[in-house]
Amino acid sequence: MTDLSAVPGTAGGAKKSSILEADARTRRRNAAEARFKVYGMLAVATGVLALILLLISILSNGLSSFRQTFVTFDVPLSAETLDPNGNRNPDEMSKVSTFGYSPLILNGLKEALSARGISVDEVPDADLANIISRAAAADLRDFVLANPQVVGETLSFEFLANGRIDGFFKGRVTYESAERDSNVTPDQLRVAEAMVAADLMETRFNWGFITGPDASGQRPESAGLGVAILGSFYMMLVVLVLTLPIGVAASIYLEEFAPKNRFTDLIEVNISNLAAVPSIVFGILGLAVFINFAGLPQSAPIVGGLVLTLMTLPTIIIATRASLKSVPPSIRQAALGVGASKMQSVFHHVLPLAAPGILTGTIIGLAQALGETAPLLLIGMVAFVREYPEGLPQGLFDPASALPVQVYQWTQRSDPAFVERASGAIIVLLVFLVLMNAVAVLLRRRFERRW
Amino acid sequence: MSATLRRLILVRQEQLMSFTKIAASALAIAAVSATAAAARDNVQIAGSSTVLPYASIVAEAFGENFDFPTPVVESGGSSTGLRRFCEGVGENTIDIANSSRSIRSSEIETCAANGVTDIIEVRIGYDGIVFASQIDGPAFTAFEPKDWYLALAAELPVDGAMVANPNMTWADANADLPAVEIAAFIPGTRHGTREVFEEKVILQGCEDSGAMAAMTAMGMDDDAAEEACMAIRADGKSVDIDGDYTETLARIDANANGIGVFGLAFYENNTDKLKVATMGGVAPSTATIASGEYPVSRPLFFYIKKAHIGVIPGLKEYAEFFVSNEIAGPTGPLANYGLVSDPELSAVQAMVANEETM
Repeated sequence: MTDLSAVPGTAGGAKKSSILEADARTRRRNAAEARFKVYGMLAVATGVLALILLLISILSNGLSSFRQTFVTFDVPLSAETLDPNGNRNPDEMSKVSTFGYSPLILNGLKEALSARGISVDEVPDADLANIISRAAAADLRDFVLANPQVVGETLSFEFLANGRIDGFFKGRVTYESAERDSNVTPDQLRVAEAMVAADLMETRFNWGFITGPDASGQRPESAGLGVAILGSFYMMLVVLVLTLPIGVAASIYLEEFAPKNRFTDLIEVNISNLAAVPSIVFGILGLAVFINFAGLPQSAPIVGGLVLTLMTLPTIIIATRASLKSVPPSIRQAALGVGASKMQSVFHHVLPLAAPGILTGTIIGLAQALGETAPLLLIGMVAFVREYPEGLPQGLFDPASALPVQVYQWTQRSDPAFVERASGAIIVLLVFLVLMNAVAVLLRRRFERRW
Repeated sequence: MSATLRRLILVRQEQLMSFTKIAASALAIAAVSATAAAARDNVQIAGSSTVLPYASIVAEAFGENFDFPTPVVESGGSSTGLRRFCEGVGENTIDIANSSRSIRSSEIETCAANGVTDIIEVRIGYDGIVFASQIDGPAFTAFEPKDWYLALAAELPVDGAMVANPNMTWADANADLPAVEIAAFIPGTRHGTREVFEEKVILQGCEDSGAMAAMTAMGMDDDAAEEACMAIRADGKSVDIDGDYTETLARIDANANGIGVFGLAFYENNTDKLKVATMGGVAPSTATIASGEYPVSRPLFFYIKKAHIGVIPGLKEYAEFFVSNEIAGPTGPLANYGLVSDPELSAVQAMVANEETM
């Protein structure tokens, strides 16, 4: 089969050699091989080291974002403040803004502290109120407006603690840094420690980080990934529904039916080129075509999905064509031989055998699209979005964010607590990517046929 | 053909059929709902990344306290925001552009050409620009504009000729400053902050140090002299930061001698890591900026498309809520975050209420 240029006897000529002792040339060749092995191992080690460093840095920064400090105490829901007219009518009560609810929370906190014997005389009211998250008033207001009959009662509520207090229990804030920090005082930290001792405060797993919406820079503690996860999910749905049929149809036609001529060659080259086009270009295209021309709404997952579809299609077409090509021609010929039409041979025999490869390609394409930020920048999805998009299909047209966008946005916020949340969001994104790739690997292992 | 094989083929056929059906119906749903997409019911905002934190605080509180959905706030820079603002009138365009500088006349013309004629300008307050370094780093505690000019200028006039800036350490620029290598991290040209920095620090320093007069004496006309003043050295002593203040902070964290240009709000959130220097003898704070004593500050704005008021629900309510006393006042959450409240807030409130255009 292969040419063996160095056949023993022809190269050595008259020189005597033994296979039992290595001559200089063999030693050189063996040394070269050993060196190459070392290079290879070094290359692998570099890759593994980089991965380990990345994981360590992300995990050490981000794992703490899944835990959050909560405060639990009784809040007297004073009727004079919340419902001056006494009608318990939510429409009238909605006149009281969140600013009206804050004093109630402060009062509740003060009572809870004095009941536990924690002295807070030297702590100003504003600092005391700041131990609780600024999101608390909004949470309380939502609850009261939803249940107007509770006005006048004293109920136990659980609120988030301020990001700096939370940072204290996670080691980000210390008494020393609090001295210099204009947003937290050592007194607040002392009160917080006393509250933990009195069981008013605890740090535990926080589902809100995964399900909650984003929050402004003043309340990092309540920022969550809910809207971003939903937005990413909707986009992936659009991408899947569009790329799979279009990509597979295009590949089957090109691979099985299209005549081989200059025109199809041109298309082939262009598809390969499209796969290498920077993703931001698709964003520019999306803005021009889908928003300005077609009139689709800004910041909507449908536009994001369409843009990512354009970006993913070449990847999927290339993967699908490769897996169609790997089905041996004998299968097609056998089908044609027993009288199947060309279309029957493709759809009954070739496509099912190529399906694992197609699905793997699709999932890898989706994973690539899931991590993409640049094209979303131009279609308005890199935004502060707090409203959850509605259910399908209307939700496709509502504003939403996306997972990588959330990472990007959180890294730009000034509060140091967002560093932890950005790493936490990366962890969530990585988990999704690993899951998708695991499915791809499983499908390949399970269904792939080797010839 | 054996029975099992036939059944297998049939099953495959069915699977294929059901898949095509699902795909087709999903496409149909998407197409139908595309045509039936309802009118936009949320306010869309884009623009300055300096205004973004304030706008998102207001948007969040607005969504909590009103029946309208929370507005969507994008960043991307003042110029980008205003460009998109001027693209036209209609649901596919943004309603409000945030800006860290006032709108330029060229932008107003573009706006008018695209049918955006009635623009309401809302000044929300002032933003201070501060000069900060590592809290345990060298003693950068007091700067004058001329120190920055002498340290960062590309060329300085020496004996009637322009020579490349010879100053290598801060002590070269001003003997009172620490003798450490110059390493300044300033906002890139994409930022609105850069304009203010050049105008109020570098140009001011150029005049104060007498360099401006020297250049005019050398025969330069005023424009050329101004341009020469504002040329920043490109030998690595001054680094343009095109990203956000978080990037500047990371650079300073890594370089003990580094000095960065930050917004007051960013500094206020990171006082445990940064120490701020005075400029012209005045320490930056909301009080000194409001009184105008601290020299490096600029007003922040947002621009409303009047044609969208009454069409996009909640637009006017959002604007009024933004400038209300409980939000933008001196004790409100914006001031708390680092915005310097506008002393003439009541005039702004009246302007928004009456929808006065520019």
